[in-house]
Amino acid sequence: MNRLLTEARLSDPDALYAALMDAHRDLPPEASRKLDAKLVLLLANHIGELGPVLEAITLAKPSPRA
Amino acid sequence: MRFTPPRYPAFAAPRAQDHAPVVIAGGGLVGLTAALDLAQRGIRVVVLDDDDTVSTGSRAICFAQRSLEIYGRLGLGARFLEKGITWNQGRVFHGEREAYSFNLLPEEGHEYPAFVNLQQYYAEAWLVEACEATGLVELRWRNAVAGIDNRADGARLTVGTPTGAYTLHADWLIAADGARSFIRRALGLSFEGQVFRDRFLIADVTMQAPFPTERWFWFDPPFHPGQSVLLHKQPDDVWRIDFQLGWDADPALEQQPERVRARVAQMLGDVPFELEWISLYTFRCRRMERFRHGRTVFVGDAAHQVSPFGARGGNGGVQDADNLCWKLAAVLGGHAPDALLDTYDAERVPAADENILNSTRSTDFITPKNDAARAYRDAVLELAATHAFARPVVNSGRLSRPYRGAAPPAPDAPLLHDGRPDWLLRHLGNGFRVVSRGVSPATTLPAVVLGGEFDDHAGLAAARLALGHGEAVLVRPDQHVAARFGARDGVAIAAAHRVALGLPPHGVKPAPGAELSGDAAA
Repeated sequence: MNRLLTEARLSDPDALYAALMDAHRDLPPEASRKLDAKLVLLLANHIGELGPVLEAITLAKPSPRA
Repeated sequence: MRFTPPRYPAFAAPRAQDHAPVVIAGGGLVGLTAALDLAQRGIRVVVLDDDDTVSTGSRAICFAQRSLEIYGRLGLGARFLEKGITWNQGRVFHGEREAYSFNLLPEEGHEYPAFVNLQQYYAEAWLVEACEATGLVELRWRNAVAGIDNRADGARLTVGTPTGAYTLHADWLIAADGARSFIRRALGLSFEGQVFRDRFLIADVTMQAPFPTERWFWFDPPFHPGQSVLLHKQPDDVWRIDFQLGWDADPALEQQPERVRARVAQMLGDVPFELEWISLYTFRCRRMERFRHGRTVFVGDAAHQVSPFGARGGNGGVQDADNLCWKLAAVLGGHAPDALLDTYDAERVPAADENILNSTRSTDFITPKNDAARAYRDAVLELAATHAFARPVVNSGRLSRPYRGAAPPAPDAPLLHDGRPDWLLRHLGNGFRVVSRGVSPATTLPAVVLGGEFDDHAGLAAARLALGHGEAVLVRPDQHVAARFGARDGVAIAAAHRVALGLPPHGVKPAPGAELSGDAAA
């Protein structure tokens, strides 16, 4: 099973960030939320296995000590 | 033809204290199924029911393949097929377009379809007839359990009747008294789980409608915006419609016939219809920690409760009865130790958990708990319109499939018997069987030999049982596969038979009669 990769892998991280900001620009909160949900679903299917997605969920959750 | 609810005569309290080897509290779908199963194994049963008729409304409605196979074993399969509405296809709509469809029976070669829709009252009425025909089931209508003292030697029941109360000692008590089980509450047993903050309206509607015989589910349809709707066809031109109403709906107001009529009219347009039954419900997913409490054993909704999307309530309960009855009969007949009944818990608690898991997941999709859940739900439905990957994520109910566990139900398969088309499950009967391929098994148990008396012409029986030449399986009296071995390995077969009866693998042979053939008793 593949592990979630967390080292830097993007050649142009600023372009990714800008694309996300552009996608959400001017969207009301509800539509923004749905957009993010679609992104997660599309990308999870692209990854094609649950393991790395579950790892990402764990990493993304608020830490109880934070 | 319309169904006329039968009225059964009330049973008057006997003057003296009464006794029965097995008492079933609750003459609903599951209680009556258990009564018939036990009677066919030669056990005398008393059934107590607080009412004097069958259920009102369609209730369980969707009978899954495994339940139909169980009713096949009990001799009622043909009636379900003849009267019920057969369906294999489900469709899910989002707004005005189709989001996803599924076929629940992708393969041929089963006597029974994925589902038959039938009003629960028909099933109960047939079960009552079949129970009466055995001569071993005493149906005591308008007898309600009003007190219970659970003892080491059985349950001492106080039973209320229209003519007063009496005491009934049950050596064994099967509690089939529903989600609000009096017996469970009287014994102070916990029933823990989740309540979903939503309300649903069920309407049974009589009409001539052009919908196909498929399960149709709508998310956010134009005729009921923001909520979901489920449509099922039943016999006698009765249609079942479930409307999601949301948590804020007023239960009293929503059950007013005029208001229900307006909702249905909104959906159907100009089609004339009549309302037959209205019910309003909330979802609960919960179960008892254990189903067996000494000589009291809980089945069906009394033991576990699920949301209705998935048809896992009635079907799960029928499978409880299937699992329990041969074991109880074996213990009562002296063929098995009392500990065999612990395997009912071991097998049906995980089955209930599987049903609760699936039912909870469906409910989380249908009734989003918060804004994030709604965003994901809508994202899935929108993506499903154009992207194949999202379609199987749509969850309008994961429909009942039997729990498999260590002893999964034997699969059906077409056979030729004396050159005539036949089915494997018809020959597995009510007792232990050994099914072998190619060679006769080394056993005194009744055998079904594929390639011998039975021609597995399509190769499906061997393939579905994963039987190579010279291999065999032991099938339990509930038609579940308990063990596999070489067909010539008499020692292994005898050991597997003992283990399936809850005995140690080696020792004296099980007592005569431990093949537990119901045929001999009938």
